[in-house]
Amino acid sequence: MRNLIRVAGQRLVVNIDGSLMLLVSLIIGLGLVTLYSATKETPARFNAQLVNISTGLVAMWIAAQVPQKLLERLAVPAYVIGLVLLIGVAFAGDIVNGARRWLNLGFTRIQPSEIMKIAIPLALAWFFNRAEGTARTREFIVAALLLVVPVALIMKQPDLGTAMLVSAAGFYAIFLAGLSWRVILTLGGIGAASIPFIWPLLHDYQRRRISMFLDPTQDPLGAGYHTIQSTIAVGSGGVLGKGWLNGTQTHLEFIPERHTDFIFAVVSEEFGLVGNVVLVILYISLITRGMVIASNAATTFSRLLAGSLVLSFFTYAFVNMGMVSGILPVVGVPLPFVSYGGTALVTLFIGIGILMSLTRRRALSRT
Amino acid sequence: MALGELHNEERELQHFQLRIAFAGVVVLIAFGLLVTRFGYLQIVQHTYYKTRAEDNRISVVPVQPSRGLVQDRNGVVLARNFAAYTLEITPKLVPDVDATITELASIVNIEQRDRRRFKRLSDESRGSDSIPIRTKLSDEEVARFAANKFRFPGVDIRARLFREYPLGLVASHVIGYIGRISGKDLEKLGEGSKLAEYRGADHIGRTGLEAAYETELRGTVGSAQVEIDAGGRAVRTLESTPAVAGNNLILTLDIRLQEIAERAFGDFRGALVAIEPDTGGVLAFVSKPGFDPNLFIDGIDPQNWEALNNSPDRPLNNRALAGTYPPGSTFKPFMAVAGLQLGKRTPEFSIADSGSFGLPGVNHRWRDWKLSGHGTVNLHRSIVISCDTYYYGLGNDLGIDSIHNFIGRFGFGQLTGIDVPGEKPGLLPSQAWKQARYNQKWYAGDTISVSIGQGYNLATPLQLAQATAILANNGVVYKPHLVRHVQDPNTGTSRAIEPAPERTVALDPRWVELVKKAMVDVTKPGGTAAAAGLNAGYLWGGKTGTAQVVAIKQGEKYDEARVAERHRDHALFVAFAPADKPRIALAILVENGGHGSSTAAPIARTVVDYFLLGKVPANMPDLNPDAGDGD
Repeated sequence: MRNLIRVAGQRLVVNIDGSLMLLVSLIIGLGLVTLYSATKETPARFNAQLVNISTGLVAMWIAAQVPQKLLERLAVPAYVIGLVLLIGVAFAGDIVNGARRWLNLGFTRIQPSEIMKIAIPLALAWFFNRAEGTARTREFIVAALLLVVPVALIMKQPDLGTAMLVSAAGFYAIFLAGLSWRVILTLGGIGAASIPFIWPLLHDYQRRRISMFLDPTQDPLGAGYHTIQSTIAVGSGGVLGKGWLNGTQTHLEFIPERHTDFIFAVVSEEFGLVGNVVLVILYISLITRGMVIASNAATTFSRLLAGSLVLSFFTYAFVNMGMVSGILPVVGVPLPFVSYGGTALVTLFIGIGILMSLTRRRALSRT
Repeated sequence: MALGELHNEERELQHFQLRIAFAGVVVLIAFGLLVTRFGYLQIVQHTYYKTRAEDNRISVVPVQPSRGLVQDRNGVVLARNFAAYTLEITPKLVPDVDATITELASIVNIEQRDRRRFKRLSDESRGSDSIPIRTKLSDEEVARFAANKFRFPGVDIRARLFREYPLGLVASHVIGYIGRISGKDLEKLGEGSKLAEYRGADHIGRTGLEAAYETELRGTVGSAQVEIDAGGRAVRTLESTPAVAGNNLILTLDIRLQEIAERAFGDFRGALVAIEPDTGGVLAFVSKPGFDPNLFIDGIDPQNWEALNNSPDRPLNNRALAGTYPPGSTFKPFMAVAGLQLGKRTPEFSIADSGSFGLPGVNHRWRDWKLSGHGTVNLHRSIVISCDTYYYGLGNDLGIDSIHNFIGRFGFGQLTGIDVPGEKPGLLPSQAWKQARYNQKWYAGDTISVSIGQGYNLATPLQLAQATAILANNGVVYKPHLVRHVQDPNTGTSRAIEPAPERTVALDPRWVELVKKAMVDVTKPGGTAAAAGLNAGYLWGGKTGTAQVVAIKQGEKYDEARVAERHRDHALFVAFAPADKPRIALAILVENGGHGSSTAAPIARTVVDYFLLGKVPANMPDLNPDAGDGD
C-alpha cells in the first residue's frame, strides 16, 4: 500500500523540475503574503487567488507531461487558433473599459491575446526548427510577419502592455535564432526614428500614459497619480519596510490596483529594500534556471521555446517593477506569480510547465 | 547523421549559448538597474518619501473650542452654543460651484438667501476654506445628502458649534454678535501678530461684549491629527490636543429689568442706561430699536443687511454709548452743584425770573421755556421747575472754563471706559476747544446755551447715567462695567471683576444733599416729573430734560403738534432711587419723544418700580429666559 502511494507520488513528480518548482513556490509564497495584506479589506480575492494558483498548478503539471513532439505539433494549431480568436475579438469582442479585449465564447470569456504569449514562442520555435540551420534572411522576414500580425491585432484592441509582451517574446525567439546584430541595430535605429510618426497613431490614453511617465507631476490627481503614489510607497518603505499589514499607502487606498498590477508597491512598502532584493534574487534564480534549461535543450525548437519563455518572464518582472518604481511608463503588466488574476497566472504556469517538459526531453535523450 | 551536420549543430548550439549568455548579461544589468533605483528611492530619498507618505495620510484638523457663555446676573443665558450640521463647499475642490449648488438644491433646501450669503462669504474667504451653503440641516436632509455624497466631491457635512442668542433682540447692543473671520480680519490680526491664535478658528467677536471680551470668550483652538484614506475620509484620530473652552461671562445686567425697560419704550427709538451707583455695574443697557444678532453669526445675507443698514431707525447704532445728544435740562443738577461748590451760588440766593435773560451789550434775549417766567426762583426751585433763566445767570457767572473743568469731573466730554466697544466721548466745550475746533473766540453768549445743556453740549445716555450715578454716590466714581465675573468652565473657578472706586469728585455733602433733595421734589407734586412720580411708594430723585432737534428761531413758538415727527424734541430723564441710599441711577433718552416729563420719566418709573418693588407692568407677558429659541 505504502509502496503504491510512493509510486503514485513518483509518477506525480516525475516530470516536475525540482529547482523550478522550489523557486516558483517561494515567489508564490511571498506573493500570497503580500496579497493577503493588499486584499485585507476584500479577503474574497485572497481565496480566489488560492483557487487560481491551484488551477495554475494543474495546468503546469499537464504542460510538464506533454512530450516535446506533441508540443511541436501543437505549435501551429495554437498559433492559428490564437490568430482566429484575435480576429474574432476585433470584430465581435466585448468592450471593457473602452478596450475590446475579451471574446465571449458562450460558456466562458477568454482573452485571446493571452494565448499568444505562449503561442508566439511555440510557433516561432517551430518555424526556426523547421528551417534548422538554414535560417536566412527569408526565414527571418517570415518570422517577423508571423509576429507582426497578432501584435498588430492586439495593439488595435488596444492593449499596449500585452502587445509589447507578445512582441518581446517573439523578438527573443528571433534574436536567439541568430538574427544578425547588424539587422538588430538597424531596426533599433529605425524604430527610434519612427517614434514621432507612431505618436499620432496612439490612443489618447496611451499618449497620456507616456507623457505622464516622462513627467508624472503634470497631473498628480489624474493620470500621474498611479506613478506618484506607487513611487511614494516604494520610497517610504525604506530598507526594512513598514512591516506586514502596516503599509499606509496600501491600506489607506492611495495605491490603485494594489492587488493587481501595482502589488509590487505593497511589497516595497511593507518589506522595504530587503523584500525587493529577495524578490529580485528569486526572479534572477528562476530566469537563470530557465536559461540553463534552454542551453541544455536538445533541439532548436526546445532551445528557442525555453529561451523565449524565460526571457518573457524576465520582461514581465522587469517592466512591472520598473513601472511601479517610476522608471517605466504605466502599462498593464502583472508581476509574475505575485499579482492577483487568473488568466495571466495560468499562462505563466503553463510556461513553467513547458520549461519542465523541455528539461525531461533533454534528460531522456541523454540516456 | 553526417559529421557536417553534427558540426553544424554544435556550432548552432554554441551560437545559441552565446546569445543566451548575452541575454543573461542584459537581465543582470536590467535587474541591477532596478535594484539601484530601489536603493535610490528607499535609502537616499527615503526621508523625502516617508514625509510624502505621512502627508498623504495625516491631516491636521482644527478642533473648535466652545465659546464662553454669556449670562446675566441671575444666570439667565444670553449667548450660548449648540451643535448642528452644516453643508459646506470647499470651492477649491469644486470645478463649477454654481452647478454644484444647483444640483445640491435638489437634495436639500437651498434658498436664494443662502446662495447670496455663500457668494458673499466666498468673496471674503481665504482660498482654501470650506464655506457653508446651508446651516442647521435637519436630520432628514443630512441623511439625504449622505446618500448622495459620492456625487459631490468637495462638499461635506460638518458638525459645528453655533452661537445662539436665545433672547434675540433683547440686549442685542450689549451682547453684540460674532461673525465669520474674513480676509480683512486676518489682515488686522496679522498686524497685531495675533494670527497664530486664530489659526483654525472661524469666528471672531464683532461687536458688543462678544468683541470686547473676545480673548476670554474665544478659548483655544485644539487640533487633531487624523489619519485619512485616499478618499479623504477620516480613518482614526492619531493624536489630539483638545480645544480649551472659552470663559463664561457673568454680567451685572439684569435681563428682566432690561426687557422691561426695552418694552417700556414701546415704538420709540432711544436709549436707557441703568447703573448700580456704588459698583458701576450696569443693570440695564438699552438701545432701541434692537436687531436680531442671530442673523450675523454665519454671515448675514445681503437682504437682511441692507434692511438693517439702510433703515432710517438705524437699529445697528448703539445709541446708549455712541449716540450723542444735547443733555438739555438734565444738565442742570450738575450746574447747580458747580454753582454751590465753586461759591457762585448759595442755597438762599434767588432771582426774579421774568421769562428771559440778557447780557449787557448783547441784543439777544435768552428765553425761558416758560415765556411768562417763574417769578422768584432759588436753587432748589430752579431744579424742581427746571427754570432756564436761573442757569443762564449761573452759567454766565461761572464762565465756560469753570463749567468745563468742574462738570467734566462727572464724566461729561470724556469716555467712561465701559467694557463695551464703540463709545463716543460727547462734548463739554471750553474756550480752548472752540479755538482749536473752529479757530474762534469763545463768546459769553455761547456759555448761556451750554448752561442749560444745549449749544455745543453733547452727551451720551451712558455719560448721563454715569454722571447721575456719581452724584447719587456722593462723588465717588466707579467705572461703568457689564461683566461681573469671568468663569472658567474647565475648573469652575470664577474671577470677579472687583469694582474699585476710580476717583472721587470732591463735593460738600451739604450741596449734594441739597441738589438731591431738589431732584426728589422733581418727582413730587409741583415738580416737572410729578405725573411720573405719582403714588410711587418710595422716594426717588429725577430730572427731566428736553433736547432741541431743530433750532427755534428767535421769537418763534415751538409747536409740538406741527413739527414733523423726526424734528420733534428728544425727551430725557435722569433718575436715582431710592433717594436715601441709591441702588440704581439711570438716564433715558427718547428720540423725538417731546418732553422728558411725558415720555422719558414714565419709562424710568416702570424700570424703578420693577427694580425696587418687583412690579411687572400689566401688559408684560411672562418673561421666558428661553424666549426666541426657535429650535
